[in-house]
Amino acid sequence: MNSLSDFVLVSAMLFGIGIYGLVTKRNALRLLFAVEIMINAANLNFVAFGQYLPFESGAQLAPNALGQTFVLFSIALAAAEAAVILAIVVVAYRLHKDVDVSELKSMEG
Amino acid sequence: MVVTVGSAIVALEAREIIYGAIGLAGSLFGVATLFFLLNAPYVAVFQIAVYIGAVAVLILFTVMLVRQEKWSKELPATSGTTLAGMVTGLAVVLALAFAVVDTNLSQFSTVVNGATFVDIGELISTGYAPILLVLALVLAASVVGALTLSRADKEEPSQ
Repeated sequence: MNSLSDFVLVSAMLFGIGIYGLVTKRNALRLLFAVEIMINAANLNFVAFGQYLPFESGAQLAPNALGQTFVLFSIALAAAEAAVILAIVVVAYRLHKDVDVSELKSMEG
Repeated sequence: MVVTVGSAIVALEAREIIYGAIGLAGSLFGVATLFFLLNAPYVAVFQIAVYIGAVAVLILFTVMLVRQEKWSKELPATSGTTLAGMVTGLAVVLALAFAVVDTNLSQFSTVVNGATFVDIGELISTGYAPILLVLALVLAASVVGALTLSRADKEEPSQ
């Protein structure tokens, strides 16, 4: 049950759901949800591969935390990105009274 | 795993967007439990603290701030877009799934990496210290940017 391919498959499913949301939805908040789901899929892949296939230094298998460290950085980066996107959403709502991305025509050009 | 994927679908398909936000929190929590399963408790706790503690709450507040009644009555997107989205998502999932099944990834059935948070701390504070500093700057800049965005807009109507 808990082999590496299971985690990678779950990650692929999350990624597909994220792509579906990005294509389908028009609400800016839903788009943010979809992006967060896709980021989580990538993080899950990082940790899964890092835990199952650790880096071989020379002959012996040294425990290393490279995958986990990268995911920590990625989570922090995603938090910053979410904060900025939410601020943009609030500003867009104040200007247009709506967060439908297809309605934000004034942002063109 | 079912919780993770199901909550992700709920996050995107719930009619009321506030339920979608709660579904997103559930999905993030599911990913955190997967991190626990992967013997990475530090990352899991970090995920819960940052995502569910900060991002999900931030999203909930924003949803309450900008929520509109008409969203709940609004019809979903045109069927052509929905179909295109489903086809694209399914194509990606199937391609990745076939690629994964075709490899021998399933033979790795035990977590062999015994790295603890001591190793993580060692990496962060030695080799990757520059990345940590740059990340701190990015976080500070994003917070300042977010504050500026919402403040400048507040001043404009009053003038």
